[in-house]
Amino acid sequence: MKIDELLSTPSEWVRADGPNNKIVMTSRVRLARNLRGIPFPGWAKKTDRQRALELMRPVVEALPEMALCFSDSMDNLAALDKQLLVERHLISREHAARNVGSGVVVNDKESICVMINEEDHLRMQSIKSGLQLKNAFKMIDKVDTEIEAQLDFAFSPRLGYLTACPTNVGTGMRASAMVHLPAMVLSDQINQVVQAVNKLGLAVRGLYGEGTEALGNFFQVSNQTTLGEREGDVIDRLNKVILQIIEHEENARSTLLEKKPRVVYDQVGRAYGVLSHAHAISSKEALNLLSLLRLGVDLDLLPAENRATVDDLFMVAQPAHVQRTAERKLTAEERDSYRADLIRNRLKSVPRPGGEPPAKPTELI
Amino acid sequence: MVCDICKKNEATVHLTQIIDNKMLKIDLCEGCSKSKGLQEANGFSLADLQVGLGAADEIAGVAGAKCSVCGFTQADFKKTGRLGCSACWDTFEQGLGGLLRAMHKSDRHVGKVPSKAAHTLVITERIKQLAGDLEQVVRAEKYEDAAQIRDQIRELESQLKIAAAKPV
Repeated sequence: MKIDELLSTPSEWVRADGPNNKIVMTSRVRLARNLRGIPFPGWAKKTDRQRALELMRPVVEALPEMALCFSDSMDNLAALDKQLLVERHLISREHAARNVGSGVVVNDKESICVMINEEDHLRMQSIKSGLQLKNAFKMIDKVDTEIEAQLDFAFSPRLGYLTACPTNVGTGMRASAMVHLPAMVLSDQINQVVQAVNKLGLAVRGLYGEGTEALGNFFQVSNQTTLGEREGDVIDRLNKVILQIIEHEENARSTLLEKKPRVVYDQVGRAYGVLSHAHAISSKEALNLLSLLRLGVDLDLLPAENRATVDDLFMVAQPAHVQRTAERKLTAEERDSYRADLIRNRLKSVPRPGGEPPAKPTELI
Repeated sequence: MVCDICKKNEATVHLTQIIDNKMLKIDLCEGCSKSKGLQEANGFSLADLQVGLGAADEIAGVAGAKCSVCGFTQADFKKTGRLGCSACWDTFEQGLGGLLRAMHKSDRHVGKVPSKAAHTLVITERIKQLAGDLEQVVRAEKYEDAAQIRDQIRELESQLKIAAAKPV
């Protein structure tokens, strides 16, 4: 399939129809694997990388999961297309920078994506909407077993799957959930949560993974270690922590509504006001305000049928997606104008955040 | 105290993280802490940062070692924090032990095993290791742990039987 066909459907991460979808956008599990006898991509010579790509790509494309898929080598992809794949959380920013000898294969539903010759020979990931870590693991474990039947993976009985970086050796598995935590940010509890999660040997990262900031109140919670713990145990542990985070966020939301309703109505109202009236807006500002609008839907300040509109805007407000909608390359300034027009237009069908906060007499004085 | 990253400027940011009862420490100058995003409120992981920093010291035990397969050296690891090929793990395994223990729960894999011919070998090896562990915990009278290990051994033994029944 062509990249246009792939991009014309909403990707799994904004489909957000899985369990606990109010707070968990997606669950994903990635496995790192390498071929025996060929240097890791970062150290391999170009010819070795190409040889590895030619060896692996047909095997990946032949997977039953990839019956309908988009597959290309990185040197064949335009810069904008690569950026689109990054914004859809299908490939890493590092992979987008790669060219000859690297490739990407994604299924039509964008639920399975394999990066070839990123930091490791194979980085395969499954993506499920909502909190479905176990299902995501099952999916990618099956893919791994199928590929392993045909390729010889580098494996040591003592150290497990051998990877380029010592942080991934063992299971090669990184499981993560993308959580939306606006109430914890609004009530200044987010740092405590991040610290508590870190103490449990889990990592909290920003919207696009390692080294990125937490745009739009989105956080990625993932396991940190890959050696000395079974895959299933890691998934269970992460799942428990995510369930607790959900509970904390829900509590923070009800506490806010109960104790500071005016703050909530004010934030959601202002977000709606700016988004539906701005004529130039950066993607950062847009994502942060859309996050508050999403909170508005969750708290019934906006009708539930608008959830899809808001979630879709998270995707189309990003720089490469704005340019795809515009069907041409835009300067940063043009993007901001185009983005604002697009959001204003879409929000025409979304009514103003309704109702009055339950006013206490003291609040009116 | 100089910065762990640039090794030039005075370190003014001192970070400590406790993960699974293991303490990680890092000292940075103003500039490096900013460039690594450590002054933002969101999460960061010292383990990520320590790859390529403390890593250089950890692998020092095998100074001058060079992978006979891909030509990767200890100095290359210091630069990139990544290894060159799967054979490098043999070459540098000893030197990496400390780093692995600091980063992970242990320095021994307990997860999925590829189902190819290696399967049997791997399981046999692990049963041997577990039998050793079992002896130790029994001696220490940790019977709950012993029961767990015994179950693991049984599970592995049944896997061996299944593998033996299947043609490779």
